[in-house]
Amino acid sequence: GEGKELTKEEKQRLRKEKKQHKKNKKDDRGPPEKEKEKEKASVPAPSKPATQSPAHKAPVPVNASASESPVAAEKPAKSKAELRAERRARQDSERASKQGKKEGGQQSTSSKPKATPNELQPVVKRLPDHVQVDDPVALKKLAKKLERQQVPLRSDYGYKVSLFSHLHQYSRKNPPTQQISIPVTVIHPSIVRLGLQYSQGIIAGSNARSVALLHAFKQVIQDYSTPPNEELSRDLVNKLSPYISFLSQCRPLSASMGNAIKYIKKEISNIPSQCKEEEAKRILQECIDSYINEKIILASEAISKYAIEKISDGDVILVYGCSSLVNHILCEAFEKQRKFRVIVVDSRPRLEGREALRRLVKKGIRCTYVLISALSYILPEVSKVFLGAHALLANGYVMSRVGTSQIALVAKAYNVPVLVCCETYKFCERVQTDSFVSNELDDPDDLIVTRNGKTHLENWQTVKSLGLLNLVYDVTPPDFVDLVITDLGMIPCTSVPVVLRVKNVDQ
Amino acid sequence: MNESIILFIPLCSQIREDPDVASAVAAIRSLLEFLKRDQSETILGLRENQTKAIQRLEETDSSVAVSSGGELFLRFISLTSLEHPDLSQCKNVMIERGELFLKKISLSRGKVGKLCHTFIKDGAKILTHSSSRVVLKVLENAAADNKRFTVYVTESQPDSAGKLMAQKLHNLNIPVTVVLDAAVGYIMEKVDLVIVGAEGVVESGGVINKIGTYQMAVCSKAHNKPFYVVAESFKFVRLYPLNQQDVPDRFKYKADILKTVKDLNQEHPMIDYTPPSLITLLFTDLGVLTPSAVSDELIKLYL
Repeated sequence: GEGKELTKEEKQRLRKEKKQHKKNKKDDRGPPEKEKEKEKASVPAPSKPATQSPAHKAPVPVNASASESPVAAEKPAKSKAELRAERRARQDSERASKQGKKEGGQQSTSSKPKATPNELQPVVKRLPDHVQVDDPVALKKLAKKLERQQVPLRSDYGYKVSLFSHLHQYSRKNPPTQQISIPVTVIHPSIVRLGLQYSQGIIAGSNARSVALLHAFKQVIQDYSTPPNEELSRDLVNKLSPYISFLSQCRPLSASMGNAIKYIKKEISNIPSQCKEEEAKRILQECIDSYINEKIILASEAISKYAIEKISDGDVILVYGCSSLVNHILCEAFEKQRKFRVIVVDSRPRLEGREALRRLVKKGIRCTYVLISALSYILPEVSKVFLGAHALLANGYVMSRVGTSQIALVAKAYNVPVLVCCETYKFCERVQTDSFVSNELDDPDDLIVTRNGKTHLENWQTVKSLGLLNLVYDVTPPDFVDLVITDLGMIPCTSVPVVLRVKNVDQ
Repeated sequence: MNESIILFIPLCSQIREDPDVASAVAAIRSLLEFLKRDQSETILGLRENQTKAIQRLEETDSSVAVSSGGELFLRFISLTSLEHPDLSQCKNVMIERGELFLKKISLSRGKVGKLCHTFIKDGAKILTHSSSRVVLKVLENAAADNKRFTVYVTESQPDSAGKLMAQKLHNLNIPVTVVLDAAVGYIMEKVDLVIVGAEGVVESGGVINKIGTYQMAVCSKAHNKPFYVVAESFKFVRLYPLNQQDVPDRFKYKADILKTVKDLNQEHPMIDYTPPSLITLLFTDLGVLTPSAVSDELIKLYL
């Protein structure tokens, strides 16, 4: 009754005060930041997973949660609608005045596109932290944020090739959990375990990582208890932020994980405030279960159904690496009595193709195994290429394991159709045209191999001019892809923005 | 079966009366007649009968357009709220929408003609393939607009449909020359643009048309000549061929051949598939589209 309302208002007031306090602190730092923005004009760099809210803008930078999960925007807006409208109006006027100044600066920097990808975009979109590693200001901000969240900061390892110096490069021998002790930490133990599994490569693959993440979050929600004077819908979201920072320190978040996190945060903030805690937890567990079921399991069934139509008897199918979806499709097709054989292409240092080979051979499918250097030798025999994807970008580019674009390119040269299989939850709003801007650098020590008792690269760190580059992802242009099979049907690669639009309308 | 008789008679009579009518339009008219005479008691029964009727029609005329037109018709009439408790009311709603659909598509050829003829400049030399009523309409509109142009038509064996087209163009007083199918490469340097019709437009933005179209598209790409396709929107079909082999056999060969002949490898296919990378623009009654926009339109039509 009344008592409850008072506490709600009190809570709102407390929150507003906190925000005001933080904003005042920002305003002091604001003017020097704004000057820096005017000097460094924006670079036509891709924007990170954009949300449409103005919460990204300079006045509220560190307040927003980790940029990989740009969901701070989705806080329950019911009580803050006026605040946001005011902010939006103010920022629109700021943006308009900045546009004029941006025009002049942009021409000068368009000639050096990749040299400074770490520049602060004027006002509207921010680059995520994990691609600003060579910017000391961004690093300091990140360190401060992590300190506040009590998440250990992981240090980079080894010499980085200059073209990729804006990305993190961690070593598997320094796990991020060395500095934290379980009883003291603010991070839930299942998240700590998950982070370790990510950083050591025990859980790998887009679907596996998302599912593991969602299961860990289920555990977190189960163990969560609302502190007094707080609402579950707000507090739980805030509790998740340090976990997400920790996970991204262990291994940068994938697009599928980003979308899953966005979904969870939205669901949490949509919990009605009068809902009891047990009830809310049950609802959330159900949401997570249905998300996994719909977007991953059922989607792969739907994709197999479409993909099997494209597999005819006598086909020779080429696959690359280990994609859970493609393996599922091939196993289903084999069960449906299609006669085909598979060529598995593999590459160092991950050698994921061996896992795919193992699974297919176990089913009884006839397989051939080659390394990627033999691709042009084997391609004249191939009738179709099936590729998995890590993410599908808004301009139709396919982001996948490094080596995929090579396969697509050579297949195009031999006129072999290339089919990409991807669930719709991996579609992301980001736009990228090259593999440099946003990528992941794996442990460079993985490239060291011992042959005939000799390890040539053992002391690579002592050679000053030597850099080892272990890229994880690359980006394939849509001209090389003939068909994308999603759970919505078969679409050409250029229709990805249409699907994104349809999805946004649905939500 | 009395169903097929009911369908076949109006279809034949319509095509005989007005050979200008697209086979898909005639098919849809017969479907509408069939719907009016349908005696089923439930909406599901109505839909099932319609689907069976479409299959029957496909057996008689194995063109892509009949299949796509039929499916679009079915979707259009049933994609409305059929919440009325009374079956006859629902049926009336469906028949109304069917009439609406029929009217829309009967006008589509005119719309396409109006859109496309502006792309034909004065003094242009046009190359076209086989006989297409839509292309004829476009050229008719351009001639009515007092534009001067010459047309080259391929003979288009095995049915020599090109000669028919040449006759029709001659009747419109348009200077026309018939060339051999094999002379497409030879003539390409003389022409300014290529316009062809389509039997079906697929999801990728490619087209299915009379055999020889793919060759013409490859040649025009090599010579950097624009390759335009004119098609009505009811020809959009939910197919996604990756290459020539991937087009289903029921479209490649005539219906009677499919039924009688055992070894299809000895038969000549009647159609081929032109991939979207070779097509410059598609003119449809939904507007002028690039091949990648076709998928967008298809999603809107079918989803």
